[in-house]
Amino acid sequence: MTAPPLIDLSAVTRSYGKGEAEVRALDGVNLAIAKGEFVAIMGPSGSGKSTAMNIIGCLDRPSSGTYRFKGAELQALGNDQRALIRRNYLGFIFQGFNLLPRTTALENVELPLIYKGLPPEARLPLARAALEKVGLSGREAHDPAQLSGGQQQRVAIARALAGNPSVILADEPTGNLDSHRSHEIMQLLQTLNRDEGITIVMVTHEEDIAAYASRLIVFTDGRITRDETTGGRT
Amino acid sequence: MLWETVRLAFRAIIRNKLRSFLTVLGVVIGVASVIAMVTVGQGSSAQVSANVASLGTNVLILRPGKQTMGPGPRDNATPFTLRDADALSTLSAAAAVAPTANTSATVVAGSANRATQVTGTTAGYLAATNWPLVTGRNFSEAEERAAAPVCIIAETVRKSLFGATDPVGQPMRVKSVSCTVIGLLAPKGTGSFGQDQDDLVLMPIRTVQKRLEGNDDVERITVALRKSVTAERGIRDIAALMRDRRRIGIGQEDDFSVTNMAEVASMLTSINSVLTGLLSSVAAVSLLVGGIGIMNIMLVSVTERTREIGIRLAVGATSAQVLTQFLVEAVVLSILGGTIGIALGLGLAFAAAQFMAIPFAPQAGVIALAFCFSAVIGVVFGFFPARRAARLDPIDALRHQ
Ligand SMILES: Nc1ncnc2c1ncn2[C@@H]1O[C@H](COP(=O)(O)OP(=O)(O)O)[C@@H](O)[C@H]1O
Ligand SMILES: [Mg+2]
Repeated sequence: MTAPPLIDLSAVTRSYGKGEAEVRALDGVNLAIAKGEFVAIMGPSGSGKSTAMNIIGCLDRPSSGTYRFKGAELQALGNDQRALIRRNYLGFIFQGFNLLPRTTALENVELPLIYKGLPPEARLPLARAALEKVGLSGREAHDPAQLSGGQQQRVAIARALAGNPSVILADEPTGNLDSHRSHEIMQLLQTLNRDEGITIVMVTHEEDIAAYASRLIVFTDGRITRDETTGGRT
Repeated sequence: MLWETVRLAFRAIIRNKLRSFLTVLGVVIGVASVIAMVTVGQGSSAQVSANVASLGTNVLILRPGKQTMGPGPRDNATPFTLRDADALSTLSAAAAVAPTANTSATVVAGSANRATQVTGTTAGYLAATNWPLVTGRNFSEAEERAAAPVCIIAETVRKSLFGATDPVGQPMRVKSVSCTVIGLLAPKGTGSFGQDQDDLVLMPIRTVQKRLEGNDDVERITVALRKSVTAERGIRDIAALMRDRRRIGIGQEDDFSVTNMAEVASMLTSINSVLTGLLSSVAAVSLLVGGIGIMNIMLVSVTERTREIGIRLAVGATSAQVLTQFLVEAVVLSILGGTIGIALGLGLAFAAAQFMAIPFAPQAGVIALAFCFSAVIGVVFGFFPARRAARLDPIDALRHQ
């Protein structure tokens, strides 16, 4: 008897609109991701990658099919319970960084810990440690506006890490970065996956970015059309 | 956790100082005007009450000429005489009677001089007007009969003529008449119409008539009624006596007026409270407008911060936490605005009190009420925008540009 997969989508669909105008963003997706995997999702624009990520991230619900997280069926959960799952198990990294403006790096990283209800004396060391992990010690007091794109994405990774997540969901994390910064970010994610055992699911358009992952999934028109294990670039 | 949320709200407020300032401006103005209006209103009420006390509650004033409102010109009816005053003092209703003859004159002591009002009257004046002496003595009967050159001065005259020296016993000139100061009146302050009641010299009425005016006229007679006598009865007795003395036939109108100072006082009090109420309600409306201003800017701010809300939801904030955050922010803002408004309003009221020479009367109750009210404004007008923020869909919010 093996442990259930961490993430388990079966026959998941997600449609927008009704009748004639209905768009099936996901059309019967079956996907199981085990703890510790580093998964890259590729596919043409509009193929449903972000929709899948939103469902995995508990930001959205399937129109039909089931989503099990850690073996638990999530369909019946309300918005607040989903917020608790995001808070306790998930970390997000976005293409556009999505840091709070006019808010220091440290305060940005503190954010999920505040919602966890940690008092300042408990969360400040955690936030500092997360910034150190992403190589930003000494930049705690900087505003996003005072940081480069690569540094901003590191702050976002630190924010995702601060809550000690099981999974980091990254939707085109290097989409706004030049190639050099992109590879630095990918090395960081790979380290987190290897050394901390954090499961990573990442959407990307670039082959050489996807090459850091150990598994490649390709979406076409809302379906998974390829799913293969790769070496994982070193 | 609430404390934490309050701290976060402060951070958000400081992060955007201009927006915060504009948000609370309405509340600042509203609270400041309510506080200023009520405080000034209370001050002028206190002033009116003091005036009412100084008018004497049971005092009637007789003037020649038909009844008119206010201090305007009167028709030239025959003036009263001292014999009228003597006759009035025989009435059982009268406790004290003081005839007066007024003139303005320059008074001189040493090198100092001052243009002031000189009132000729009798020893009964102090009792009739309920005005005590600080030092010295009242006129004697002998001085009144002899038209003696003696004066009782009030505070403003003392200040400008005698400064630090004790005025009693000092020589003083009134026009060309040399006289001696025999008493000093207690300070009375500003009157109902803003006049300085302490800019006054009292002399025996015959002294004023003979030596300053050269006539026998009595311009008004002040009658203080006995405590047990009602104003209606006093007016009736006085009018009957005066109609008789002035030979007014049946069916003819009085050619004199009797003013009940208690009525004047209550009129002043009610005018004052109507004015205060009116101004306060205008101020209250501006407070309401201020609340709507908060709602308006909070709504704009929710739209502006949609992405921020999305980020907060993505990292695990529940909608209750987002609601609390926005609500607390609105309340902190409006309390901040209320506090600034209270300070500003008290400052304005203080300046106005100085300017209008009325007491500065801050009301702890009103201040507490304004404070609570501004918090309530924050809750009421902050709730709608906060709920809107809490109901945002995280994906839409994150995608918002
Ligand atoms: N909120 C939405 N309303 C309507 N259609 C949507 C919405 N979000 C996504 N879609 C549609 O769903 C399909 C998949 O979108 P998405 O998952 O964002 O694609 P990808 O991330 O692979 O580019 C697209 O056709 C898109 O237009
Ligand atoms: Mg996408």
